[in-house]
Amino acid sequence: MYSTDIGEKILEANNLKVWFPVSQSFIDNLKGKAKLYVHAVDGISFEVHERETFCLVGESGCGKTTTGKAILRLVPVTSGSVIFKPSKSVLSDLRENGVSVDSDGRVDLVSIPQKKFKPLRRDLQIVYQDPYGSMNPRYRIRDVVGEAIDVHKMVSTREEKEEMIIRVLDKVRLTPAEDFIDRYPHQLSGGQRQRVAIARAIILNPRLVIADEPVSMLDVSIRAEILELFNELKRDIGLSYIFITHDLAVARYVCNRIAVMYLGKIVEMGEAREIISDPLHPYTKALVAAIPDPNPENRKKIREVPIIGEVPSAINIPPGCRFHPRCVYYNRAVGGQEGMAKLVDKCPKEEPPFKEVKPGRRVACWLHD
Amino acid sequence: MSLINIGFPDSNVSIIRVWFYIVKLKIWYTQVFCSGSLAGGMVFALPLLEIKGLKTYFYTLRGIVKAVDNVSLTLEKGETLGIVGESGCGKSTLAWSIIGLVPPPGKIVSGSIMIDGMDITRMSEGEIREKIRWKKVSMIFQGAMNALNPVYKIREQVAEPMLLAGYSEEKAFKRVDELLNSVGLTPAIADRYPHELSGGMKQRVVIAMALTLEPDIVIADEPTTALDVVVQSQILNLLKELQRKKKRSIIIISHDLGAVTELAEKIAVMYAGKIVEFGTAEQIFNNPLHPYTQALIRAIPRLTGPVTKLEYIPGAPPDLRFPPPGCRFAPRCNRVMDICHKEEPPLKELEKGHYAACHLYD
Repeated sequence: MYSTDIGEKILEANNLKVWFPVSQSFIDNLKGKAKLYVHAVDGISFEVHERETFCLVGESGCGKTTTGKAILRLVPVTSGSVIFKPSKSVLSDLRENGVSVDSDGRVDLVSIPQKKFKPLRRDLQIVYQDPYGSMNPRYRIRDVVGEAIDVHKMVSTREEKEEMIIRVLDKVRLTPAEDFIDRYPHQLSGGQRQRVAIARAIILNPRLVIADEPVSMLDVSIRAEILELFNELKRDIGLSYIFITHDLAVARYVCNRIAVMYLGKIVEMGEAREIISDPLHPYTKALVAAIPDPNPENRKKIREVPIIGEVPSAINIPPGCRFHPRCVYYNRAVGGQEGMAKLVDKCPKEEPPFKEVKPGRRVACWLHD
Repeated sequence: MSLINIGFPDSNVSIIRVWFYIVKLKIWYTQVFCSGSLAGGMVFALPLLEIKGLKTYFYTLRGIVKAVDNVSLTLEKGETLGIVGESGCGKSTLAWSIIGLVPPPGKIVSGSIMIDGMDITRMSEGEIREKIRWKKVSMIFQGAMNALNPVYKIREQVAEPMLLAGYSEEKAFKRVDELLNSVGLTPAIADRYPHELSGGMKQRVVIAMALTLEPDIVIADEPTTALDVVVQSQILNLLKELQRKKKRSIIIISHDLGAVTELAEKIAVMYAGKIVEFGTAEQIFNNPLHPYTQALIRAIPRLTGPVTKLEYIPGAPPDLRFPPPGCRFAPRCNRVMDICHKEEPPLKELEKGHYAACHLYD
């Protein structure tokens, strides 16, 4: 759902890079062979506002999950900055720890040492893809959801803790909460487990929740239920989300803005509605064309998806525009199509700038230069 | 004395022999008369696959799970059948029953599965292996990521069913190259290990494996779940090609009605071990009769049309050990009536070839 009451900027990523070194043999190191890196996230910039759902869309291996983890400092960041505006109580804890805070009350998540990061975990939470694998099977729901309360020493008595857990289970509509609180994860269905995962994420009233493919493991019939819950929580408690998905049809129902990622870079960014109804980048066009539209007529024709081959390795990124080997427009240009001659030279050599083509809409493609 | 003593086993043998001939005669009879030409010069063939009243139960320590409960289906040659339903509705168990691979403690309790005139519920494991599995029916297993053995090279894995079927190694390996070509892979990847391939490539390898012995029926169990949208559409296109060029019968199983409508001509909607609606893709899609089917269609996220509130089916499928009395969908149904909790609705033909099991149409 689109809600219009988007607030101030709470997170701003600038030129964020996460490179993972590839292990090389000792001999290669002695020979002084250049070190190789997996360029999982290769310089991306975006911002997230209050009460906004910001979507990262792309195929597996494009770096969308790594981006989410980098913001939470769950993977080491190579360079760049992530400016975040924490809530008041977190801010005062951070000040106490001696973390540098700017005049607007913002901090750079990348420069904070890991040891002093803990208060920020109250503000930044994550919901994982797999509701079957992300919960300790020997914990009861009460322990799964309540663990964060103990870790952050939020309450002093057992009764208060119990009350908090019941309140949050009510919020994610696992009702009556008393029925669920003493169960084990294996006694719940997939949808119920994902609700528990959401309850666990929101129990400390975070500002930003990173939802990493939260519905892709669920049946279509219950996907909608979880997506509705995300929208509801945004409305009711003013959450912001970074929503990671590979399915634009899902993104359409929850997202305000979409950033399409390809091999560690954002190739297109803008309002969700506009991106889906009028995709500009050839990669976005392919993603849109790939969604099956349920219609029995479809079986009579082969679905044309305008893209070539599969995602290349993130170690040797193609020079120039990283999408050009898979781009149908570039291939048409090479094939001698009229009016596209300039692409033949430019695409494989120069990286296209991430240009604003209209207000709020950016594309990195020589076609739209 | 001694003559009589010797005579006993002999007469036993002859009884078995006579019985054997009777069975043979029966098979011959059904083949000749049931598939023979009828008046008017038209030739009616037996359906390729005919399931009648199939019940597959799991005998667990905590009770009997009725995963497939009285299911009847037919599949003609060259036809594609889609089976749709949520997780835990018995779709995969139905598939395992057809290929004779129901894992213990599961058992086919009653009913028949006729494949080309042979009833596999009455065959021994050895016979199924010899005559049915991979030769008549093969399966594309769910989760291509985990369906391949990590310590075998692709060539060895794809060739395995052929080597077991008595192909020479040379011939089998040559055919592997052909198969990989036909699913859109370069034969060069035959010498790689599964971990060196991407998810889409692994799914293609699994499809190639299912085609090794040219089966009549290919069962695809959730062939596109866990794949990216781009790869998903490529795999669906590959299955479409199989359907057209090779005229294979395909059974596609999925929880996603969107993916199923890309392929299937006929669709069976399963809920809690039973078929609740059956018809052509057009009938199911343009005129869904059962409230469950209607809800499944409304729950599909779409790229076009207005962004309305997505609808969903509250609750989860019932515990199949203790299915609710009456209609099994009643506790989640938005059009439930009194009778639904008491009587089980029969599967009725409501228009030509379109069946539904719902009290709304009594």
